Amino acid sequence: MSQHPAIEVSGLVRQFGDDAALNDVSFQVEAGELYGIIGPDGSGKTTLFRILVTLLLPDAGTARVLNRDVVRDLWDLRRRVGYMPGRFSLYPDLSVAENLGFFASLFGTTVEAARETIAPIWVQLEAFAGRRAGALSGGMKQKLALCCALVHRPEILFLDEPTTGVDAVSRREFWELLARLRGEGLPILVSTPYMDEASQCDRVSLIQNGKLLVTDRPEEIGRRYPRALLAISGGNILGLLGALRRFPHVAAVWPFGEALHYTDGREAVPVATIEAELRAYVEQVGLSGVTIRPIPATIEDAFMWYMAEKAA
Amino acid sequence: MSEYAIEAQQLSRRFGKFTAVDAISFQVRPGEVFGFLGANGAGKTTAIRMLIGLLAPTSGSARVAGYDILTQAEQVRRRIGYMSQRFSLYEDLTVRENITLYGGIYGVSDQDIVRRTEEILGRIGLSEPASRELVRDIPLGWKQQLAFCVALLHRPGVVFLDEPTGGVDPITRRRFWELIYETAAAGTSVLVTTHYLDEAEYCNRISIMVNGAIAAMGAPAEVRTRFGAETLDQVFLRLTRPGTAA
Repeated sequence: MSQHPAIEVSGLVRQFGDDAALNDVSFQVEAGELYGIIGPDGSGKTTLFRILVTLLLPDAGTARVLNRDVVRDLWDLRRRVGYMPGRFSLYPDLSVAENLGFFASLFGTTVEAARETIAPIWVQLEAFAGRRAGALSGGMKQKLALCCALVHRPEILFLDEPTTGVDAVSRREFWELLARLRGEGLPILVSTPYMDEASQCDRVSLIQNGKLLVTDRPEEIGRRYPRALLAISGGNILGLLGALRRFPHVAAVWPFGEALHYTDGREAVPVATIEAELRAYVEQVGLSGVTIRPIPATIEDAFMWYMAEKAA
Repeated sequence: MSEYAIEAQQLSRRFGKFTAVDAISFQVRPGEVFGFLGANGAGKTTAIRMLIGLLAPTSGSARVAGYDILTQAEQVRRRIGYMSQRFSLYEDLTVRENITLYGGIYGVSDQDIVRRTEEILGRIGLSEPASRELVRDIPLGWKQQLAFCVALLHRPGVVFLDEPTGGVDPITRRRFWELIYETAAAGTSVLVTTHYLDEAEYCNRISIMVNGAIAAMGAPAEVRTRFGAETLDQVFLRLTRPGTAA
């Protein structure tokens, strides 16, 4: 493996009219890393990807991929990167095998030459080799697109929202494939709006409104959550939500599946004290059967915290 | 008259030899939030298209908002709201123009359109200048909340939401669910599909479709208990992992 980082982004800016799609974005992806860009629609993920794969010019800042400048060295880079755009962009009326063959020929190679690279994905696709791409399920379409992005044996992979609109089971299978590719040393930059997918990455950046909110290993982002966080559940969840929003020390309270996640507004108050105060409070307002326990923050908790902080 | 907002009995739809929806039966009560879950291709969209009167069933029947989907499809369509993940609003019309257009289509009186426009803007917190912007220029989170309110413009008894929160940021996602709760509390039944299984927990009851049939149904906690699972994610995986090839 080479010594230089797989991706180096510094002060990247891109405007569309008056809107900054990217606003001073900097991060670095090391060789062999599976790196996630996590954020909702419209946060700037696709603009970032398009700049990194040389399809769009930045207004300011620099980006290097495989130690090559994305503006000056674009022709050299284009042969070396694999790119799977967010929108399904294979030919729906060509078969699975024909699509793959077509993309191989565009890069002056053959499917045979890439057999080993695509093998883990191809075993899942082979049974549908003759089927038109347009007739595949959402999950299978994404696997075919991944296959096509790999067929010229790229040195780095860019996957823009490969799991959007794909059901929970297919999403899981797709991430299993990415883990295998990463195991072979291929650096991968992947974007997703699903916060729970962050834990599959070595490191992630959370992005909102064209700005990176935070960058770290996923477990560290949870650990760095700046306040006490408690899960509160039981009884009438709407009544509970209303009552907690009126608690004097509340910073935020949001539904998280079957529980509410409560963030206290105070720094440096022991969580046991907060827990006891909350217990007394819910009793005082007449709510019974309520469970309260301190919990570690998830990526989604962190995203919401930093998002609210940036907005304030 | 049916006491249910939705009542499906043995509802089926075949396309050639393929059975997309296989004899599903379920009821949704007035004011209930019903989560309609399933993997891609499980048959959710086909079932919804039948329930909103856009596709005739091959066999079975359903009553929606008190009317038979087969013989009274027009009455059904008047009394339901529908919001899909995309293409719900006209991107090249302003927020206000969209509300006026849909109000007209649904046959809401001019007076009511004016009143309800202000109600909607207040409800989702859209400012006066923002309301005069083209829909394509407002953030996705607002678009989705607006599309939801537009689907309720004619005060339907039942509203169908097809993946309303896909790709939306986590705070807006939760605001959206608060809109759903408010709507249900006011008596409108909500049938909603989602790929976020935490959102399934916010429903009064859920169903999980597998290969066209309903494989599990009940309150989220009941379903979890029945499968001995801690999360709905585990239930979902157990039900859908076999046979998810294509």
